[in-house]
Amino acid sequence: MKKIVVAKTGNEAMAEAMRQINPDVVAAYPITPATEVVQIFSGFVADGRVDTEFVPAESEHSALSACVGAAAAGGRVMTSTASQGLALMHEVLFIAAGLRLPIVICEVNRALAGPINIHCDHSDTMASRDSGWLQIYSENSQEAYDNTIQAMKIAEKVFLPAIVSVDAFIISHSMERLEILPDDEVRSFIGEHRKPYDLLDIAHPITLGGLDLQDYFFEHKRQEIEAMKEAKTAVIEVGKEFGEKFGTSYGFFEEYRMDGADIAIIALGSTAGTSKVVVDTLRAKGMKVGLFKIRVFRPFAFEEIKKSLEHIKAIGVLDRADGMSSIGGPVFHEIRSSLYESEKRPFITNYIYGLGGRDIFPKDIETVYRELNEIAEKDEVKNLINYIGVRE
Amino acid sequence: MKKGWKELAIGTQITKPGSSEDFKTGDWRTERPIIDFDKCIHCLICWIYCPDSSIDVRDGKIASINYDFCKGCAICVEECPKDAITMHSEVEFEK
Repeated sequence: MKKIVVAKTGNEAMAEAMRQINPDVVAAYPITPATEVVQIFSGFVADGRVDTEFVPAESEHSALSACVGAAAAGGRVMTSTASQGLALMHEVLFIAAGLRLPIVICEVNRALAGPINIHCDHSDTMASRDSGWLQIYSENSQEAYDNTIQAMKIAEKVFLPAIVSVDAFIISHSMERLEILPDDEVRSFIGEHRKPYDLLDIAHPITLGGLDLQDYFFEHKRQEIEAMKEAKTAVIEVGKEFGEKFGTSYGFFEEYRMDGADIAIIALGSTAGTSKVVVDTLRAKGMKVGLFKIRVFRPFAFEEIKKSLEHIKAIGVLDRADGMSSIGGPVFHEIRSSLYESEKRPFITNYIYGLGGRDIFPKDIETVYRELNEIAEKDEVKNLINYIGVRE
Repeated sequence: MKKGWKELAIGTQITKPGSSEDFKTGDWRTERPIIDFDKCIHCLICWIYCPDSSIDVRDGKIASINYDFCKGCAICVEECPKDAITMHSEVEFEK
């Protein structure tokens, strides 16, 4: 198979994946730093390179609502947004998931206001984590591209919508080496569009969006919960098939030099890339360190994570969002919860970092590893919740 | 029998038309109207006023109240010129 090697940004990579997926409908509204995704895609529409009906909406709320209508009518549907845009879509996120519509959003992780900011953190998608959408975080442009293609297939397997995200500017606007698959290979990988139902199928008329009160709402939600459980199988199947066909397999997480590691950092997105460099440096000095990168945050792989991490002595969870619970970030809570039933519960501390695009440097990550080392040696945690790079 | 989550069509689809007939709203009622047929003159005023069309008429006469849909609003009690309808707590009818 002939892959094309090009230099592309994260936004360009996701737009390219969208072109190859060739969705029936894209309804969108521009927002920094995700504007490029649909701007580039609208170029594909104008040039006749896709068959997509492109709907420029008047807001993100309208954009996702149009996506819901189009998907309910039986279309394969995608959109893109970031931060405030995703927040404005919030109401419709739950409706898309409740109606079991496999829409894919190419999302760029940007801090939610206020204060107003346009740079990277994960507060936007973390605020949507309970909406019933799958969440896949990408470390770089290649993963953004690969994840977008896989997300479409996973979403249509379980009839749940999916968010694929990249870190604002760090990935969305940085040019990297990207391997693009042939169009026909991508299309055959995704396969025929699978839809949960079709409003335009006049032989089988249905009603959608009916009032669903005490006597049925719970059953419909129970179905949605089950679909999220099934999504675990779908994520693994699709990630494996992607590997068999195209060379790189994907799972819930990536274990980087975790073999024989005593201490580990857990990170999502681009910071995983930075951490790998630090892991290599410290391993060369004889420190038994590893990186555990969470790729799929929804569904959350509780059992698998427990199995992979319970032998570690000390874990530092990097959260690029604070849960405003007064006790750390969302990834920290999930990781700790996963390990509650383990008999060998590791020490787990939380590092809030990078809010509003504050840079994180290799020396910061090295400091975390040194602190984890101290925890492992002394069997004692000094600070459960830590903040990297904030001025006191 | 209401379907469980495993049998229901996904995504809140309603797969057959006219399903509101199966939605028995009578269980919202806390009080039940009872007609005293010794007093009823079959003037049909309750039938006209009932907002849920729950007064059954047969051969031009008041026959019964459809408790599957009567929500117990007591408009019939208010409008009956012969005070032939009275409200009774549902508790009285619990087995």
